[in-house]
Amino acid sequence: MKKINLTFALLAVSALFIVSCNGGEKKQTSETTATEVVKTGLGQSAVKDTVSAANVLQVAQSLDDFKTLVVAVKAAGVEDALVNTGPLTVFAPVNAAFDKLPAGTVEDLLKPENKSKLAMILKNHVAPANYPDTQLSKEAKKGRKLYMASGNYLVVEEKEDGIYVGGTKILKTVQVSNGWIHVIDNLLLPTE
Amino acid sequence: MKTIFKSLLALTIVSTILSSCGNGGDKGKQGALSGSAAEKVYVAPGEHDEFYAFVSGGFSGQLAVYGLPSGRLFKVIPVFSVDAEKAYGFNEETKPMLNTSHGFIPWDDSHHPDISQTAGELDGRWVFINGNNTPRIAKIDLTTFETTEIIEIPNSAGNHSSSFVTENTEYVVAGTRFSVPYPQRDMPIKEYKGNFKGALTFISVDPKDGTMDIKFQIMMPGFNYDLSHPGRGKSHGWFFFTTYNTEEANSLLEVNASQNDKDFIAAINWKKIEEYVNNGGGTKAPTNYAHNVYSDETHSATSTMKKEILIVNPSDVPGAIYFLPTPKSPHGCDVDPTGEYIIGNGKLAAELTAHSFTKMLAAIEGKKFDGEAYGIPILKYEDILGGVVKQPGLGPLHTEFDGKGYAYTTFFISSEVVKWKLGTWEVIDRKPTYYSVGHLMIPGGNSRKPFGKYVLAMNKITKDRYIPTGPEVTQSAQLYDITGEKMELLLDFPTIGEPHYAAGIPAELIKERSKKIYKLEENKHKYVVKTEAESKVVRTGNEVHIYMTMIRSHFSPDNIEGVQVGDKVYFHVTNLEQDYDVPHGIAMIGAQTSELLIMPGQTETFVWEPKQVGVWPFYCTDFCSALHQEMQGYVRVSPKGSNVPVTYTLDGDAIGAE
Repeated sequence: MKKINLTFALLAVSALFIVSCNGGEKKQTSETTATEVVKTGLGQSAVKDTVSAANVLQVAQSLDDFKTLVVAVKAAGVEDALVNTGPLTVFAPVNAAFDKLPAGTVEDLLKPENKSKLAMILKNHVAPANYPDTQLSKEAKKGRKLYMASGNYLVVEEKEDGIYVGGTKILKTVQVSNGWIHVIDNLLLPTE
Repeated sequence: MKTIFKSLLALTIVSTILSSCGNGGDKGKQGALSGSAAEKVYVAPGEHDEFYAFVSGGFSGQLAVYGLPSGRLFKVIPVFSVDAEKAYGFNEETKPMLNTSHGFIPWDDSHHPDISQTAGELDGRWVFINGNNTPRIAKIDLTTFETTEIIEIPNSAGNHSSSFVTENTEYVVAGTRFSVPYPQRDMPIKEYKGNFKGALTFISVDPKDGTMDIKFQIMMPGFNYDLSHPGRGKSHGWFFFTTYNTEEANSLLEVNASQNDKDFIAAINWKKIEEYVNNGGGTKAPTNYAHNVYSDETHSATSTMKKEILIVNPSDVPGAIYFLPTPKSPHGCDVDPTGEYIIGNGKLAAELTAHSFTKMLAAIEGKKFDGEAYGIPILKYEDILGGVVKQPGLGPLHTEFDGKGYAYTTFFISSEVVKWKLGTWEVIDRKPTYYSVGHLMIPGGNSRKPFGKYVLAMNKITKDRYIPTGPEVTQSAQLYDITGEKMELLLDFPTIGEPHYAAGIPAELIKERSKKIYKLEENKHKYVVKTEAESKVVRTGNEVHIYMTMIRSHFSPDNIEGVQVGDKVYFHVTNLEQDYDVPHGIAMIGAQTSELLIMPGQTETFVWEPKQVGVWPFYCTDFCSALHQEMQGYVRVSPKGSNVPVTYTLDGDAIGAE
């Protein structure tokens, strides 16, 4: 974990230099932290907008439950995709879901050399589609599977105690500006 | 030792980064390469322009938004002409914006944008612009960049000496170019003299919400009122209008209106007239003109016909109006930032005349008149003259100011911009334009506080400046750097329609207030639905109202049956998105109107009158999302009198069903 923090700190520092090159008047303070998105010169996740409803990334960043997920999203470099116009349906694992993995797995996945592997896992949690919970019920009823950004299909089932996707229960549903977040407490690992 | 080595390395890295930035992080364009015109207009990808330029579209009837110095076009704001792209004048909500006493008028000729001011400085709240042909003044809200109000000007024709604002936007002013019979009536044209009048209209602007209302109209002699500008600073409270055709000719004006050695600038003490009117002065007269207002809450416009106007007869307010003799059919009428000099650009004159406001007041005080015209005292040219720029060029038209003591005047015939000095009247520099320049614009150049960095020249003739496009070629604007003693041509860029005139303002005064979305919860449109579950189809006689929603990436409902040939089908469509820059569009096959382009939180309506039996698709026209191509639906059209019931579904289920 220490290593990761260091990487972020370095990133923040180099970003500062880039910023000061772009426009002298846009001075950033040196308070930039690892969790804050540097606002200039990056992709769409750097757009300043306090008016629109929050998007997937902004909601995830605002909740402690998704701390690990957010770190993983950044390590995999997919934060711009999560603010894209989409629409996106994200099955968002809480921190506890990551804790269920064998010791050392998360640390391992966060290593730069495992970036694409991590991205693949994350993409298995995102459907490029608009699926509110009501629509997921319909998908279950009609036996339609969900096509995920990883290329895998996930099965949706409606059981007595709720909706299940890929065998894990949806605990909560949040509408966001670019789609839906469904909270889960298990990772949806890609089959291959 | 190791530590020292490390810090040395770090220092080297830092200094490398710094030196690669040019002047220590300063903008590279101000560095060693500052001599290059390309560097000065280059706005790097992702960077913002320093100024907004609101450039009128002339005969396009619209107002275009460009960035300076790049010359990039950002938006064409529909004002007086219909715009199928934005459904302006096509959807039910904006049709009332183009209503007039002559009915629905789908086009006009937009000329002089002017940005609202507070204490003589640009405040960036609104931009006003005049429609020449069917006289109107429009107001554009600079938070939404949409036309939100249009007021018709009665008793006026060729609304040209408009739409300039006073120092605190107390009034936006409209002067008639063509005098017309007052009141309008069936009469011989040759009886023009004495019977035709020139109306100067003062429209009050509500300081809170900008609502326009005609306060009074001064019924002046039947001259042509060409351009105008307000006094500022010491001359605040006055307004100056150039006139030509003081001969009162009604035919072959190019000869007959060029007979007098001097025409006039009309100096109007509007404060005095305002006081007269506030004390019950003036005559209420019957009239008929449209006042159209667009609401951001209902997302709809209303048009109200006004039936009364307050007319002021100049001779009833002595001491309020004077004529300043000005050589040879003056066109532009420009007031310097201090308010002392009123520049008359005599378009046929060999020199440029600057009247002195101080001398004008002294001459009025001393009652030194050179006769009168229709009861209005004429001051003596020599008594009020501040100075003359001798042999500056051919065909002077307009002057703007840099706030550093210099003025810049355009010359149509000699195709040039000439820089000269206020007070000494000496010519400092001249640069050619390509070709035949009309107006020029310095951001804030007709206010107390100009931003004298660039001047934009707007040309009337283009010829060989760009790769050709057949007989019709784009018109052209040219940007000059005016920070040095000599002007430097930086950039040509094409414009929409005719770049008649422009108003510029530092971007920072506007851009932070620019609206991103309309709040769905604040939407008070008569036919709004705020959730998919509320979307529905209602038949009333042969009218079918579809209350439709749109969100990435579907319509609700998207399958509609029970519509019949001969029905009038209203699509009331609400964009449920609350995310910046996610508009949706909708178009219906065979609809004799335009698409709708609906911003987040907004509702718009189009009408479709199906003429053929069948199943007809509609679709989203704005590439909204990854599943944009899936955003579509069908309407089943049955023969007239069919018993197919009205049904509407999404994904095979009735709307609202879980």
